[in-house]
Amino acid sequence: MKFGIVRFPGSNCDTDAFRAVTDGLGEEAVFLWHKSHDLEDADVVILPGGFSYGDHLRAGAIARFSPIMREVIAFARAGGPTLGICNGFQILCEAHLLPGALVRNDSLRFRCREVGLRVENASTLFTNAYREGELVRIPIAHAGGQYVADDATLDALEAEGRVVFRYVDVDGRPTAEANPNGSANNIAGIVSAEGNVLGMMPHPERVALEVLGRTDGLGVFTSVARAVTEGNERAVDQGNEPALDRRPEPGAAAGVGS
Amino acid sequence: MTGATLDAKRAAATSEPVITDEVVAEHGLSPDEWEQILEIMGRTPTIAELGIFSAMWSEHCGYKNSRPLLQTLPTESPDVVQGPGENAGVIDVGGGWGVAFKIESHNHPSAVEPYQGAATGSGGILRDVFTMGARPIAIFDSLRFGSLESARARYLLDGVVRGVGDYGNCVGIPTVGGETVFDPAYEKNPLVNVMCIGVLPLERLIRGEAKGVGNPVMAVGARTGRDGIHGATFASEELDEEGADSRPQVQVGDPFTEKLLLEASLELIERDLLIGIQDMGAAGLTSSGAEMAARSGSGIDIDVALLPVREEGMTPYEMLLSESQERMLLVAKPEHEGAVREVLERWDLQAATIGHVTDDGMFRVRLDGEIVAEIPVRPLVDDCPTYVREGVEDPEVTARRDQDLDEYASFASDEAVQAALETLLDAPTIASRRWIYEQYDTSVQTNTLVGPGSDAAVLRLPDGERALAACTDGNGRYTYLDPRTGGRIAVAEAARNVACSGARPVAVTNCLNFGSPIRPEVYHQLSGAVAGMGEACAALGTPVTGGNVSLYNETGGRPVYPTPVIGMVGVLEDLEKRVPSAFVAEGDEVWIVGRTRDEIGGSEYLAACHDLVAGAPPELDLDEAAALVRFLVAAADASVLRSAHDASDGGLSIALVESAICAGDGPLGLDVDLDAAPRSDVSAAALWFGESQSRVVVSCVPQDAASLAALAETHGVPIARVGAVGASGGTCRLSGAGHAVEAATTDLRSIYETALPRRMREQAGLTA
Repeated sequence: MKFGIVRFPGSNCDTDAFRAVTDGLGEEAVFLWHKSHDLEDADVVILPGGFSYGDHLRAGAIARFSPIMREVIAFARAGGPTLGICNGFQILCEAHLLPGALVRNDSLRFRCREVGLRVENASTLFTNAYREGELVRIPIAHAGGQYVADDATLDALEAEGRVVFRYVDVDGRPTAEANPNGSANNIAGIVSAEGNVLGMMPHPERVALEVLGRTDGLGVFTSVARAVTEGNERAVDQGNEPALDRRPEPGAAAGVGS
Repeated sequence: MTGATLDAKRAAATSEPVITDEVVAEHGLSPDEWEQILEIMGRTPTIAELGIFSAMWSEHCGYKNSRPLLQTLPTESPDVVQGPGENAGVIDVGGGWGVAFKIESHNHPSAVEPYQGAATGSGGILRDVFTMGARPIAIFDSLRFGSLESARARYLLDGVVRGVGDYGNCVGIPTVGGETVFDPAYEKNPLVNVMCIGVLPLERLIRGEAKGVGNPVMAVGARTGRDGIHGATFASEELDEEGADSRPQVQVGDPFTEKLLLEASLELIERDLLIGIQDMGAAGLTSSGAEMAARSGSGIDIDVALLPVREEGMTPYEMLLSESQERMLLVAKPEHEGAVREVLERWDLQAATIGHVTDDGMFRVRLDGEIVAEIPVRPLVDDCPTYVREGVEDPEVTARRDQDLDEYASFASDEAVQAALETLLDAPTIASRRWIYEQYDTSVQTNTLVGPGSDAAVLRLPDGERALAACTDGNGRYTYLDPRTGGRIAVAEAARNVACSGARPVAVTNCLNFGSPIRPEVYHQLSGAVAGMGEACAALGTPVTGGNVSLYNETGGRPVYPTPVIGMVGVLEDLEKRVPSAFVAEGDEVWIVGRTRDEIGGSEYLAACHDLVAGAPPELDLDEAAALVRFLVAAADASVLRSAHDASDGGLSIALVESAICAGDGPLGLDVDLDAAPRSDVSAAALWFGESQSRVVVSCVPQDAASLAALAETHGVPIARVGAVGASGGTCRLSGAGHAVEAATTDLRSIYETALPRRMREQAGLTA
């Protein structure tokens, strides 16, 4: 299976995501250039961290209009597994593939540290390798990671089990001290209503290699790889086209640039 | 065309300012230097030519007061691939990989506008590294400010940290180490030194050369504007009282463009499309063009009318001296000019061919074909006058060094010792830097094996087996009290820090931050410190591969402490053998390596607890320093160390307490008897807080104790067991010289961790 990692001007965690997939997971990865309209048959699309377009205007606001995003949005809307990390999460919100928005940290400072996360839902495409309630430690590195949404959206996210990762202390409690950026409900990561789009501020790709000591983030990649492989096998068993191969024809997507 | 006709043509064609003595003086040139320029030119230079000489013969570019001293430094070893004189030094780290690294100052711009000053300092040093063909993998910042009691110092710290952070974070280079020192001596003139380290396959090493007659010279990256004109000259003058009038000379950084330029440049180099490449840094197009031609013994002929600019009506003078950021000058292989353009276009960057390489040895500048400057390259670059001055020690320094310190050598009670310990843990120079480094991305690129908060940062190398360890060090107070010793200690402490991580120190880059060399007392400091650095580099086998000189660091007639900063890089052959700074587990034995002497002069104890800068700084025995480094590397290789932490500011007790409270999984207790440490007959203050050199706190599992002691003996290094690591969240118990201190490890940690944020909260709302 193949991971496509989008390279926007200013992406700077693209190579880290590439290494997590190839060295950590042992799967194939390709870079997708932002000016291209070809997802190169990727089974999973990753929007990596960084400062796409220098965060000009607003983090993710310009990347959302990049040429490749037409295909990414169509891929995600058709059910393709799409993972946005940090700046990628910001872009997914800007592209309305995920609800809510990410605003400046409440400290108004960039903050990089390892944070405690609780896996709130271990049955998603991206978390099936974790246990429900499992505590993991993954680094954050962002200035604009405060997740905000209106009450109705937050209620829906909570009710539908779409809050996937939450900032917690060492005992697993979502305290104010454990919240590094002021996010509503200590939210660190959410999935779309259909479950195929994950946005998260922490960087799982930075803790996905044995050589770095811990691999708490590798589960995100193994989960989605397993889901894609099983989906494909199931489809083949039934004599159908692979279930997740729902990529649109190039140019088939509409309404992206408006 | 003869000089005389050029003169006449100029005068007729332009309304050039008349070059008077005042104009020459405004350009920072002395009457003697002006005479020398007239001799080189054989005519009166144009205003553009005067500007070119002014920039190239500034201290920043020409090293006119430091070159004779710097020439005494050792620069060669089997590890060195590229020594001083290039954009950055390069060492061979094995396996076909090289490491390019350099440190640079941005002191004056940061004093005037801390955010942009620090940001552009980071940008400049990144470009110096990636123009060698190396991908930057780490940034270190070595910072000095006034006391945090001062609102100005807090404003500068806040702005500088944001500037360093925003730039490196955006480009995606982790900032993994450095140092931050607070002392009233830096109140109006902070020091902002930034080191960048990059890795490259050695066969891809490229230099700043302009070879091959007719080859295209291209300006790429950002457009040229009117910002930072004469920054190099600015950096070579004393700041006026508030520096505010100089604000237009501070440039504005754009890390997004830098990131594009980085990727495009590395692609150009990887595809072998270039002859040479150089950052348009200090003195912009002038220094990059002239230096590239000088390195190749060639000439360069450019037309500034072809340069992409930000605004209409810029004069050649402005275009030549602009320090607009994120620009590169490159010489393309002629058959690849189109491919070069294609790469830059793909990265949405400007690319303009502005001239070509010649063989006539001239730096020739045209405006729409008309010659506006024509200077022989060799004298412009190489004949910058140099000065060897007479240095005399300031009598005040002599008096301070000779001051009797007996009254500070003992303690009235155990409570007094505990109070001193807590004062030191709370001293901003010693306390946790978490408030700073959490504003930096420290883990991007996934190479960080050991990040900030340790003696040295450790980063994995691309071969996946070996690692690099690096740090920056310098002590202005020591150097003030005794320049030669201060110079030696800067190098030795850096080597010790790298060796504590288990790595073999390989080479250094240096940044010399001093006052005006015209002052005999400052020249004395400069020459003494460089001599000391050279001795230590030779003794430790770590040559100098480059660096930067920043003089005229003074305001209101007061120089800063003379501050040589050393950036040290070392190699760890097996990354699994890296050694952490902090203790690991309860029950491990605690040992002290190195002899404690009766020394408290120049210590942080005197400064923080008695507001006193006096006494002789600790002695630095070169043989002892080298033996300690060899021992640490051998002990790491033998896997007998659980932790190793250098004893520096605050001495043994601070090093021991830091080892306990900084433990990775939460603070650990400690039970030690300082009297057991290897020592001469020492006072209580020297035992607890003295800063004798070449000492390290190490821990080991009990089974390895015998091997550890034997290894120390083999290397001729004194070592003694002083106690053991205590329980998680337990108590720190220290005794020695008839005193005992006992405190909860969590309380000590709280003092250490809150020192900076508590002071910075007081300035809430004041941001850059």
